[in-house]
Amino acid sequence: MQALRRCFHIYGARESCGQGICGTCTVIVNGRAVSGCLYLAVLADGTEVVTVEGLSAGGRLHPVQEAFISCSAFQCGFCTPGMILMSTQLLEENPDPTDQQIRHYLSGNLCRCGAYPEILQAVKTAAQTLASRKQGKEIPSQQGGGISI
Amino acid sequence: MPRQAGRSLRRLESHAKVTGTVEYVHNLELPGMLHGKIFRSTVPHARLARVDVAAARTAPGVEQVITGQDVLSIIPDPYYGPAFHDQPILALEKVRFAGEPVAIVLAADPYVAQAALDLIEVEYEELPAVYDEVEAAQDGAPLVHEKLRPGSMFADLIHVRPRSGSNVHVDYRVRRGDVEEAFRASDRVFEDTFHTPAVAAAPLEPLVTVAEPGGSRPLTIHSATQNPSFVRGELARLLGWPENRVRVRTAFLGGGFGGKQYIKLEALAATSTLLAQRPVKISLTMDEQFVTITRHASTIRMKTGVSADGRILARECEIWWNGGAYADIGPRVTQKAGFTSAGPYDIDNVSIDSYAVYTNLPPAGALRGFGVPQVNWAHETQADRIARELGMDPLEFRLKNLLRNGRPQASGTILQDSGTEEVTREVASEMRWPEPLDRGTDTARRGRGVALAIKAGVTPTTSVAIVTLAGDGSCTVYAGTVDVGQGSQTVLAQIAAEGLALGAEEVRVIHPDTDATPYDMGSVGSRSTFHMGLAIQGATEQISRQLIEMAAPVLGADVAELELYDGSVVARGRGDAEISFRELMATRFGKNTGTLVGSGSFTASYDTPDADTGQSDDVAVFWMVGAVGAEVTVDTETGKVTVQRLVNVADVGKAINPLLVSTQLSGGALLQFGYAMSEEMHFDEGQLVNSGLAQYKIPTMLDMPKSVEVVLVEVPHRNGPLGAKGMGETGTLAVSAAIGNAVFDALGVQVKELPLTPERVLRAIRAGAGRPLED
Repeated sequence: MQALRRCFHIYGARESCGQGICGTCTVIVNGRAVSGCLYLAVLADGTEVVTVEGLSAGGRLHPVQEAFISCSAFQCGFCTPGMILMSTQLLEENPDPTDQQIRHYLSGNLCRCGAYPEILQAVKTAAQTLASRKQGKEIPSQQGGGISI
Repeated sequence: MPRQAGRSLRRLESHAKVTGTVEYVHNLELPGMLHGKIFRSTVPHARLARVDVAAARTAPGVEQVITGQDVLSIIPDPYYGPAFHDQPILALEKVRFAGEPVAIVLAADPYVAQAALDLIEVEYEELPAVYDEVEAAQDGAPLVHEKLRPGSMFADLIHVRPRSGSNVHVDYRVRRGDVEEAFRASDRVFEDTFHTPAVAAAPLEPLVTVAEPGGSRPLTIHSATQNPSFVRGELARLLGWPENRVRVRTAFLGGGFGGKQYIKLEALAATSTLLAQRPVKISLTMDEQFVTITRHASTIRMKTGVSADGRILARECEIWWNGGAYADIGPRVTQKAGFTSAGPYDIDNVSIDSYAVYTNLPPAGALRGFGVPQVNWAHETQADRIARELGMDPLEFRLKNLLRNGRPQASGTILQDSGTEEVTREVASEMRWPEPLDRGTDTARRGRGVALAIKAGVTPTTSVAIVTLAGDGSCTVYAGTVDVGQGSQTVLAQIAAEGLALGAEEVRVIHPDTDATPYDMGSVGSRSTFHMGLAIQGATEQISRQLIEMAAPVLGADVAELELYDGSVVARGRGDAEISFRELMATRFGKNTGTLVGSGSFTASYDTPDADTGQSDDVAVFWMVGAVGAEVTVDTETGKVTVQRLVNVADVGKAINPLLVSTQLSGGALLQFGYAMSEEMHFDEGQLVNSGLAQYKIPTMLDMPKSVEVVLVEVPHRNGPLGAKGMGETGTLAVSAAIGNAVFDALGVQVKELPLTPERVLRAIRAGAGRPLED
């Protein structure tokens, strides 16, 4: 995380507890979420690191980011990048999670403002958006020649 | 143009928050900046015999090491604080709590500064210490402060009476009627002692301040503070400078909850930068934040006399607030929570004694509710005991004694524009009270509870706002309100937009910067929408008047016919007579030039309470009232409480942004949910043994109640902007007692101490069954 801040000047990953408990420093290294505050930069050498800044590459928000806005799933916003990255990973692993699965998966990301009910809603909303987009892609391709994605 | 008030607009900074690009002081780096790391006392109470920083000073990479003696070279009287000037920037003759700053090491690399702390040697001559608030209040207890240093910054605290020769530094009282006589006339008298522990605000952005030296420029402080204007005044006072040589600015805050109120790191950062003549950043760790400020532990004795038919005839409250080593805003907590400690009830005979007590623990301050969550735990828990013992329904008991509009509160101030009755009826309806509840099984018992809340909006305080219209017709609001996460920038934009018939998205609200934004008392005590909202309304009225006066000759219309609509001035009933703000500005100043300026201010009224009786005609700018309902399941074998439903009903006056109001209420409820269920700072001989989030359990998403519900009640306030009143704390106040009462309902035994941990609940179950657990 210090390397991201000092060398790359990106500030989405933030140190809060400094103990790998709160999840505000979450970044994704080779497809797995890690606590940036405990993850040595040397270990990331040669890996692909995705931060919240990378989610909206090309200027278009990721559906999880859009859902966090539409559901007002944050107050101060300090935990938000970590929450969003973790939610993204959840939906990649499990595109249709239950409430309990969302609660469990995100229990390593703390929100002191107490936006948990809205975050839960945002993850479900994003899951719907992603599902409908996937369907949207499948339908034309099936019509065009039966290629499924 | 749709109305701006009442719109559930998403936070205007939403995009920046979800992309991680939003500005926090936490992220600020300046060229040549040093990092400050603090050496903290390892003992709770001692004379400083020797502070040896020689080895640290010569360590490679260390620029400077500053001690209390060094501070004296630029600030001869280095004691700060909002209520008392009692806290030294760095410890001088003695240390008063374990964790108190003794020295600071400055280095370009924070890890170098941190490592050099190990080279500092301090010799302590330990003194007897006192930790418990009731023990500390007794005669003969070790004195934390030999001399009291009252301050004078806030009008509502001028009349607090400091006491010398005791750790009780404020002794606040209310006397109404004759409690002794009323106790004699009562059929039943109930007396209980309640306790709440110290807890942490723990905003996820820990306290942080960056200071830049002055010289020919002003001293600049970038700080995650809820009170930029206060910080400026306090630094100017310490330095003996005029306020205009100190600049304090903030960005968005990563949470606050009261933990960033008044002055925290700013005096140390200012001293460091002035001595080093380089920018200095002090960024606390989460662990350090825990010993910087806490919420008061409290002991509350409550004695209540009732008639056989359930009317409260008399109530006596005695409250000891564990203020820790420095007063911080404890005197206001003592007073504000003191005078509503008898609850939202209509009681003719009330006696309240509320004591602010110094101890050798970290300082305590305001944390979402200014002490009211603590006193609420007492009066609402006792309410259920009284109702049960009288064989009354707890809701009926509350309705029977409810304080209603037009009746005097314990302070003598008349309740007005308050939905005490509405919130009570609403919570009953939401909880389907008193329909029967499924009682669960023998080992999974179910119960439900309600609790009511009242808190007075702090008065007298002031907000001043400036609103400008640029040559292109765009609007900027200069307000000192700090957006700690509540969404004030959005709501203030809505208020300004409503006044100028613009869309709120077009209005820019700038962050507090005392070089540009006028005075505001601070983002505390749920005051911003009300006070700053009124100030902004005053400013937009001035601009609106100027625009209409400018437009009248241009449109050939009378000013009385003109109004603002969608960025233009229009004549009513004349579709063709219309001119946009931009064109109007051009007629006055020339194309794309000029500025229209409006300013407004609001200072709430106040009647200083009588020093002996606490009686006052005007002690609340508005009243915050709410009601909470809870349904729980208790595992009788483990004592674990699971909250199934948490229903929060709040009178918000008028929801200017219903979405933000609702989320702020549920967020406040979940903060207090942590204090109700798991959070407790443990001290062993003055040493905090569970600092940081590894050992101090704050709620996760997995812990939150199965259902969190919010109901808004709108009883308009006659003076509020568009009828609004403060509500930032309302959702917090009664949560603990509602859950506790649900546990009582489930088990038939009462717990009088927070939090409701499985151990505490299991002990109560076993004690109630005559089989107490061994200690």
